[in-house]
Amino acid sequence: MRAIAEGLFTDETPPRLIGGKDRETGRIVFPCPASEGYDAVPLSRDGTLWSYTVQRFRPKTPPYAGPEAFSPWVVAYVELPGEVIVEARLDDVAFEDVKVGMAVRFAPSPLDLSDPESPLIPAFSPAAGGAA
Amino acid sequence: MSGDVCIVGIGIHRFGRTDGLSGVDQGVFAVRQALADAGIEWPQVQFAYGSSDAAGNPDTMVDRLGLTGVQFINVRNGCAAGGSALFSAQMAIKSGEFDIGVAVGFDKHPRGAFNAMPAEYNLPDWYGEVGQMVTTQFFAAKIMRYMSLFGISQKTLGLVAEKAFRNAVHAPHAWRRQPVSLDEILDAPLVSDPYTKYMFCSPAEGGVALVLASEKKARELGKPLIRLKAATMRTRPPHSFEVFAPSVDVVEDDTGPRGTASRIASADAFRLAGIGPGDIDVAQLQDTEAGAEIMHMAENGFCADGEQEQWLAEGRTEINGALPVNTDGGCLACGEPIGASGLRQVYENVVQLRGDGGGRQVPDAPKTAYSHVYGAPGVSAVTILER
Repeated sequence: MRAIAEGLFTDETPPRLIGGKDRETGRIVFPCPASEGYDAVPLSRDGTLWSYTVQRFRPKTPPYAGPEAFSPWVVAYVELPGEVIVEARLDDVAFEDVKVGMAVRFAPSPLDLSDPESPLIPAFSPAAGGAA
Repeated sequence: MSGDVCIVGIGIHRFGRTDGLSGVDQGVFAVRQALADAGIEWPQVQFAYGSSDAAGNPDTMVDRLGLTGVQFINVRNGCAAGGSALFSAQMAIKSGEFDIGVAVGFDKHPRGAFNAMPAEYNLPDWYGEVGQMVTTQFFAAKIMRYMSLFGISQKTLGLVAEKAFRNAVHAPHAWRRQPVSLDEILDAPLVSDPYTKYMFCSPAEGGVALVLASEKKARELGKPLIRLKAATMRTRPPHSFEVFAPSVDVVEDDTGPRGTASRIASADAFRLAGIGPGDIDVAQLQDTEAGAEIMHMAENGFCADGEQEQWLAEGRTEINGALPVNTDGGCLACGEPIGASGLRQVYENVVQLRGDGGGRQVPDAPKTAYSHVYGAPGVSAVTILER
C-alpha cells in the first residue's frame, strides 16, 4: 500500500511519520518542508493525545478526496514527546472513549476503509495498555 | 498630528443572505449610509481602505461612488481583514497626510463551511485530500484542549450562544434574530465536538463602512467625538496553535495557554490607549464559535483562564452585566462575511457609545468600547474607542 504523498512515511514496517528538523534552530515540523533548510527525521511512533474533535460532516470536495459515503472520524492532535504535535486521524476507538492525554501509537490507515487500493493517510490508534 | 482619530460616520448593510445584491453592492450601500451619517459627500473623501475576501476588489466601487481619482487600497488579512483596513485607515490620518477617509468591508460567501484550498496557505495538497482543510476542526480542537486545561463546561458554551441570539433580537443588522433556548442549543446535533450547530457561526453576507476623520475635522463636522484611542494588528508568535497547521510546536511546560496574535494585539492596544481591561465598558470579541468568545475573554485580558465558567454563570457578559460582550449577537447571530466582520464590531461599538442601541443598549452611558477580530493563519486586530 502507498502513502497519499511522497515523503510522509518511512519505508520500514511498521512505518513512522517523517518530520523536518530546522538545521539552524532544531525546531521540528510536519510534514518535512521541501526546503534545503530542513533535514528529514523519522518521528516517534508513540505519543499522547494533545487535543481532538470529531469531524461529523463530509468536508467539501475539492479538496477532500475521500469516499462519497461518509462516516464521522476523530481528528487528533498527537504530541510526540520532545518532537512535535501532529494533526492526524485517530482510529479504533469509540468517540466517547477519546480523552486528552491518552496514549496513542502511529498506525496509518486507508483514506477509504472500504477500498483496499486506497492510499494510506496519517493516523494513530490507542496504544495497547490503555490511557497514559 | 494633534488630537485623536475620530469615527464620524457609520453605515451597515444588514448581514445574512441578500439575494440579488452583490458583495460590492452591499459595500456601496454601507458607504453611502456612512457618508450621510457623517454629513459629507464622496468627493470630500481623501482615501479609502477596503476589505473583501471572496466578493471582489473593493476599489471597484469607485464606479458607483464617483470617479474622483481617490486613492483606494484593497486589504486581505483573513478574518482580520476589516480590522486591518481600519488599522490602515487610521494610520493615514495619524501620519498627518489626510483629514478624512473611509474604511469599508463587505463579503458574500457561498452556503456551507468556508472552502479553503491548501495551496492558498502554502500547504501540500494531501492535507486537503484527507479532510483536514476544515476550519471547524481546528476551532473545536482548540476549545477541547482549553476545556480540559481550565475546566470549562459545554453548558458554558451553550450560555454564550444563548446570549448571542437573545442580544440579536434587538439588532436590526443581525441575521438570526430569534432567541434559542439553552436546552435546544445543547441538544442540537454536534458539528464538531464539543460544538453543536448553534455554537458555530455561518459564512454570510454584509457590508460595513466607517468614516474616519482627524479630531480637527470631526469638530468642523460637528459630530460627537468618538475617539479611536488604539487600533492594532498583529501576527502570531512562536508555539501558537493555529488553523490550517499540520503540526504545532511542543513546549516544555504545556499546562498553561499558549501565546497568540490576540494577546499581542490586545496588550499593544491597551498600552497605546493608556487604559486597562478593567476600564472597558463594552466589548465585541471574535466569536466565530461559542468557545472563541470564552478563550478571547482571557486572551484579551478581561479575565483569567478558567474564570469564564463563573462569569457566564453570573451573567457578567450580559448587556446589563459588568462587561457586556457581543451586544449585537456577534458572529454567532450575525454570521461572518469575512471582509465586513471586524468593522461590524466597531460599528456596534460606535452605536453603543452614541447611546443608539435601543433594546440592546448597554446601560449607564458607556464611555469605552473594545473590539477584537481573529483570522487565519494567526492574525488579530484590536480597537479601543472612547467617547
